[in-house]
Amino acid sequence: MARAVTPRRKLINTLVAWAIGLLIFFPILWIIVLSFKSEGDAIRTPIKVLTSAWTLDSYAVVQERSDYFKHFSNSVILAVGSTLLGVIVAVPAAWSMAFVPSDRTRGILMWMLSTKMLPAVGVLYPIYLLFIQLGILDTRIGLVMVLMLINLPIIVWMLYTYFREIPGEILEAARMDGASLREEVMYVLTPMAVPGIASTVLLNVILAWNEAFWTLNLTAAKAAPLTAFIASYSSPEGLFYAKLSAASVMAIAPILIMGWFSQKQLVRGLTFGAVK
Amino acid sequence: MGQIQLSKVTKKFGDLTVIPPLDLQIEDGEFVVFVGPSGCGKSTLLRLIAGLEDVSGGQVLIDGQDATMVPPARRGLAMVFQSYALYPHMSVRKNIAFPLRMAKMDQAEQDRRVTQAAEVLNLTDYLERRPGQLSGGQRQRVAIGRAIVREPQAFLFDEPLSNLDAALRVGMRLEISELHKRLATTMIYVTHDQVEAMTMADKIVVLQAGRIEQVGSPLELYRTPRNTFVAGFIGSPKMNLLSGAQAEKHGAHTIGIRPEHLLISTESGEWEGTVGVSEHLGSDTFFHVNCPGFADPLTVRASGEMDLKYKSRVFLTPDPAHLHRFDAQGLRVE
Amino acid sequence: MATQHSRSAARVMMAPAVILLLGWMLVPLTMTLYFSFKKYLPLRGGDLGWVGFENYVRFVSSSSFWPAIWTTLIIVGGVLAITVVLGILLAILLDQPMWGQGIVRILVIAPFFVMPTVSGLVWKNMFMDANNGFLAHLWRAFGAEPVQWLSQASLPSIVMIVSWQWLPFATLILLTAIQSLDSEQIEAAEMDGARKFSRFRFIVLPHLARAITVVVLIQTIFLLGIFAEIFVTTGGAFGTKTLTYLIFQRVLESQNVGLGSAGGVYAIILANIIAVFLMRIVGKNLDA
Repeated sequence: MARAVTPRRKLINTLVAWAIGLLIFFPILWIIVLSFKSEGDAIRTPIKVLTSAWTLDSYAVVQERSDYFKHFSNSVILAVGSTLLGVIVAVPAAWSMAFVPSDRTRGILMWMLSTKMLPAVGVLYPIYLLFIQLGILDTRIGLVMVLMLINLPIIVWMLYTYFREIPGEILEAARMDGASLREEVMYVLTPMAVPGIASTVLLNVILAWNEAFWTLNLTAAKAAPLTAFIASYSSPEGLFYAKLSAASVMAIAPILIMGWFSQKQLVRGLTFGAVK
Repeated sequence: MGQIQLSKVTKKFGDLTVIPPLDLQIEDGEFVVFVGPSGCGKSTLLRLIAGLEDVSGGQVLIDGQDATMVPPARRGLAMVFQSYALYPHMSVRKNIAFPLRMAKMDQAEQDRRVTQAAEVLNLTDYLERRPGQLSGGQRQRVAIGRAIVREPQAFLFDEPLSNLDAALRVGMRLEISELHKRLATTMIYVTHDQVEAMTMADKIVVLQAGRIEQVGSPLELYRTPRNTFVAGFIGSPKMNLLSGAQAEKHGAHTIGIRPEHLLISTESGEWEGTVGVSEHLGSDTFFHVNCPGFADPLTVRASGEMDLKYKSRVFLTPDPAHLHRFDAQGLRVE
Repeated sequence: MATQHSRSAARVMMAPAVILLLGWMLVPLTMTLYFSFKKYLPLRGGDLGWVGFENYVRFVSSSSFWPAIWTTLIIVGGVLAITVVLGILLAILLDQPMWGQGIVRILVIAPFFVMPTVSGLVWKNMFMDANNGFLAHLWRAFGAEPVQWLSQASLPSIVMIVSWQWLPFATLILLTAIQSLDSEQIEAAEMDGARKFSRFRFIVLPHLARAITVVVLIQTIFLLGIFAEIFVTTGGAFGTKTLTYLIFQRVLESQNVGLGSAGGVYAIILANIIAVFLMRIVGKNLDA
């Protein structure tokens, strides 16, 4: 196993790694700082920003101006709804691919992934028209469907890689023990795959939460999630740093906090199950 | 009842024929061992009986009923897997009760059977543990427990001891044999280890490349192997198989002589050679003797007291009563 | 390794996912193809009849077409190169023994959680703004003239913003892969006399091949469709118009659906070329 390193070496590693870590994290840190400043202070030089007074004003203004909670709840419904729906559709498909592989399995999987490469913009107008026809433009149900479909290939793929780690013998044992297919999936496969399913859900909630093409183009007032909420702050150029920062912090905080609390599953999920 | 009959069973994976048409009759209550080198099709054969694979042709009859198209759950067979295949998220109790739960048996009866199985298998103290907290031997017993609570027509074992260390393996071997004596239920047991086959079986089925080489009791196979493959496979250390001039002297293409049927002497004998490696087991000593004119060294069993130096000169004499003779096709000549 | 029974069950269980995705792919695709052969201006008369390949010819002969293709490839290629190289270095660094490894890892992952609209806006205003942005203050502190990032160095700026978002992903995958490397392999190489660099070159790097493949595959999927980062920063100005963005402008800004649809078909073809190319390399590496 790993050998001991000299304390000096470890200290250097630590300093370099922390410096780089903070550098990467700095933009987020900085908007957190700016969000607690007044507009006047927020555009001053960094040193003066840090020494100026702290205030919660920006948060109050943002909530008043654009109803954060409505957008927040839309985001939650879209992200969680589309992910759960996707998992329900993907579990049986992933079961088939992992435990009854055929010559076509890899082809189907690759085809599924390739649908993700289809440029969304190429089909924007047709989808837009269909949404109008079906009367689901700017509704949460419509977006849940779209987000489910765009993440479905990833969900299938991730579940497939997790399922493949489960020895087929255990499912065969269940079959010998008299379990039907439904019982096999419900009582044996799903509970065994809980960590993998959790990682899949977590990652896809994040992907859906941050999705910013369909959510921007298919929503207006009613179903708009936080991606649209924040985009509405893009007009006043170079101004209102504090408010923009507050809005940004409000948009990313839920995911950031969720990510930190579930780091282990998330790290596993972030690798899409493809690397062990 | 647990009578199983295979009739012209074949299995192909694509173009590859794993099992050419094969017939086999297994009687109720028999302990049958399928043995053969890896890749001989023994596990596939077991899975065909279990219903985990479809046959490509032929029939599987269980108690005279055609079970060829019956799904595994309804064949009334229980299987113990090589990896034990325990459900890691369930306690030992839930693992053992799982087949009963699937059969929608009432809770009281489930509890009764689980308790009884746990007693038989010495698992009573571990019922609330998860498989991950058990040793290899205990896991093995849980897997067996899960099989016996169903009171199946027959048990199928797929190399159940291959993941255990040597000492445990001997113990489990005895336990399974005892279980068979007590339950008197048909057991089909797959292994690549001929020692397991010899010690446990009522009937051994030796397989090679999907074909049955010989079926018989352990001693039948040991004493009268039907061909050179069985002769070389059954018995440890292996039978010495010699061909060439020495074999022709006995009117055969190949002759076989077991290590215990060669007499070793430092003074005189039929064949002269020099001692190579000696293996001392305490009770016995095995000498590997290089004789001019033979391609391979001969293995000889001698008493544990005997000690010979490397390269010392010895003489070997085969016991003519225990000489096996085979023809050019490798078949036994009487 | 299965019975007929389980194979037919597998087909049934696969069906919902396959049918949904097939519908999601075919229905809009057919409509896009249909529109691409029409003169279709929703706000100026709607469907004005069939025009054959006119839209296709117009889309390609537009002066923005080839620059858009190049911009797309530069962004995808640039971000891939930066994230893979920096990701490997960072993964090796994070694999070293240190204090507070867990916290550093959290800091490094964080940008992945930031939604593209936020990251675009934050970089554009708080960092790259030439008057009050953080970088402007920094430049001035060293006596330099602040850079007009998003107009003078627009493409590199976008590449930088996107790389910042995707570096965590690359780092994490590569780190996981490095940690899974059998230490005995490294020790064996050490015993065989391999120097540090050789160990990296001949043991670590080949071991990372699969992980790098995954990074390239997944990032390409997402980067080809990159939209919000451009939408909120340059709005496609200053040579940052990707193919995606160009089509977006044709459809939504100039409301020329026929022309935009023809562009969409080109984008689909481009994506397919890249997909086939990728699947070729990646498919092999993903089996294992």
